[in-house]
Amino acid sequence: MAKMRYLQALRLAMTEEMERDPNVFILGEEVGQYQGTYRVTEGLLDKFGGNRVVDTPISEIGIAGMATGAAMVGLRPIAEFMTWSFAMSAMDQLVNHAAKITYMSGGRIKCPVVFRGPAGVGTQLSAQHSHSLEAWFAHTPGFKVAMPATPEDAKGLLKTAIRDNNPVIFMEHAGLYGSSGEVSEDPDFTVPFGVAAVRREGTDISLIGYSRGVQQSLKAADILAKDGISAEVIDLRTLVPLDMDTVLASIRKTHRAVVMQEEWRNAGFAAEIAARIYEQAFDELDAPIQRVAGADVPMPYAKNLERAAIPTENDIVLAARRALS
Amino acid sequence: MADTIVKPPTEDGISRAEMLDLFRLMLRIRRLEESVYRKFHEAKIGGYLHRYDGQEALVAGVIPQLQLPHDKILCTYRDHAHAIACGTTAGEMMAELMGRATGCARGKGGSMHLTDPDKGFLGGDGIVGGPIPVSVGVGYALKYTGSKNICVCYFGDGAMNQGGVHESLNMVGLYKLPVLYILENNRYAMGTALDRSTGQTDFVLKAKAHGIAGEVVDGMNVLTMREAANRAIEHIRTTGEAYFLDVECYRFVGHGVGDDNTGGQKFYRTEEEVDEWRQRDPILQLVRDLKQRGYISDEQIEAIEAEIKIEVDEAIAFAEASPEPPLDSLYENVFSE
Repeated sequence: MAKMRYLQALRLAMTEEMERDPNVFILGEEVGQYQGTYRVTEGLLDKFGGNRVVDTPISEIGIAGMATGAAMVGLRPIAEFMTWSFAMSAMDQLVNHAAKITYMSGGRIKCPVVFRGPAGVGTQLSAQHSHSLEAWFAHTPGFKVAMPATPEDAKGLLKTAIRDNNPVIFMEHAGLYGSSGEVSEDPDFTVPFGVAAVRREGTDISLIGYSRGVQQSLKAADILAKDGISAEVIDLRTLVPLDMDTVLASIRKTHRAVVMQEEWRNAGFAAEIAARIYEQAFDELDAPIQRVAGADVPMPYAKNLERAAIPTENDIVLAARRALS
Repeated sequence: MADTIVKPPTEDGISRAEMLDLFRLMLRIRRLEESVYRKFHEAKIGGYLHRYDGQEALVAGVIPQLQLPHDKILCTYRDHAHAIACGTTAGEMMAELMGRATGCARGKGGSMHLTDPDKGFLGGDGIVGGPIPVSVGVGYALKYTGSKNICVCYFGDGAMNQGGVHESLNMVGLYKLPVLYILENNRYAMGTALDRSTGQTDFVLKAKAHGIAGEVVDGMNVLTMREAANRAIEHIRTTGEAYFLDVECYRFVGHGVGDDNTGGQKFYRTEEEVDEWRQRDPILQLVRDLKQRGYISDEQIEAIEAEIKIEVDEAIAFAEASPEPPLDSLYENVFSE
């Protein structure tokens, strides 16, 4: 184990997988010579050369298509979007090509590709640079969707993503890049998809989230504990595949839930979680499920307005109190 | 059929046997395409249906020249001919059109998504301009693995107005990737004529703007097409760099099954225009050439026609006798293992 930052853990995952498998290569804007916009790919060009760390033009359709095509004939590309906000330009290649080629070919073509990059909000990047689009991708059959909340998961989930034979949407949180934690240095260490983590055990209410929402839920649990409320914190880790067993086990214990997401509230992923709990464990609930989510507005620039649009640990605490009242 | 006189290869390097192969392939494609509308109107085939009549030389002149399955083919939703040229059987193609489990995509793709990766055919693409971004990656992978193989990417003139096409051509020019682009320039993007969709109809110029060499080819003559393709393929294998063929051609039928002479077709082109192009029918041109060289007789043509009729009938019978995909396959293939 070693203490490292989330972005270093991502880099370690890619380094190990590129050393393990010569078919793995990285492409994206500023991933090589510039050393990565967020330094996630720092040093990799020197280590692996320009064939395996490919600087691209600012052409998201081309990037997504290049990754998809290379995957269709046997390589394992890792395509970086400078931010997920820019991936919208590439939606046809992502949704109509990467996600569907396996199904359209009757399973005859595999598409083992990772699309990764930062998502998330909180540094006054305003309306066009503050997206989390996980609901769009989780909505689309054919994608797996991973959203790590800790440095260790950043490494373990990314390694699983690279080894997976399907297109994986790997959404990092820019606000977590600098966060530190213990990470396994074992090159065989991976974190499986579809296995949620119970980050904190509790008996009174389940706080369910992913990505940075997990860290906020843990802080909310600390605050609630001061009032004698025992909150359980569930980290979904992957939205597709989704580990409902762990969620439902928690609900059977606590009978109350808050589901947290950072993206827009309307038609977001928290609604999917809530709906599944209602479908599968309605009788276990002692109170309506509470959602905590981003405001349904394009992200404003002004600091005070931005703060008002982003869900916080206090919003989780308030939601928990509503569920418990 | 028996070869009566075997002549040595002609000056342009093509033998009688090769010419007969071209004739047989183009005629198979034509007769198969003619059969699919009938099956559509019998409600045996659903969805959209796009025929290749008139454009046969663009596959017959190119695909047999490749090293399949190591070379890779991408194309548009007008993809029946490409599958057949790659070696997909008529039965597997017809079964796919009819949504049967024995189809080349197991009934999950349909007419627009014929796929046969074991033969190098990566499939038809239902999105105009869609295959070109994918070709960047296929070309990159072929170069990355150090092979001398190439990707052949077909697309239509309408695709040249899609943004992603230019992103992708730029990257192929930048990285110098082994891709042969074949612009199936049949002059109409669905119903929109070239000069109604772009201010610059010189597509080779557009390729050159991205660092890709190219030329215009007469795609109504299969020998011309074949000769240009051979040169282009040689160029790509030798230099590792892409090449762009803007191929003049014409589809004799409407854009799709809904675009017959009572549909939109009568608004965007005249019967006279279609008739003029039919004078340049690539199959008729090849027959004339074969006859001039003394390579084929009317009896031999009839014999080939009879063979193909049997192939088409058997393909239809095979498809109709094939089971639909089992219902429990609905959720299969969303993901690979």
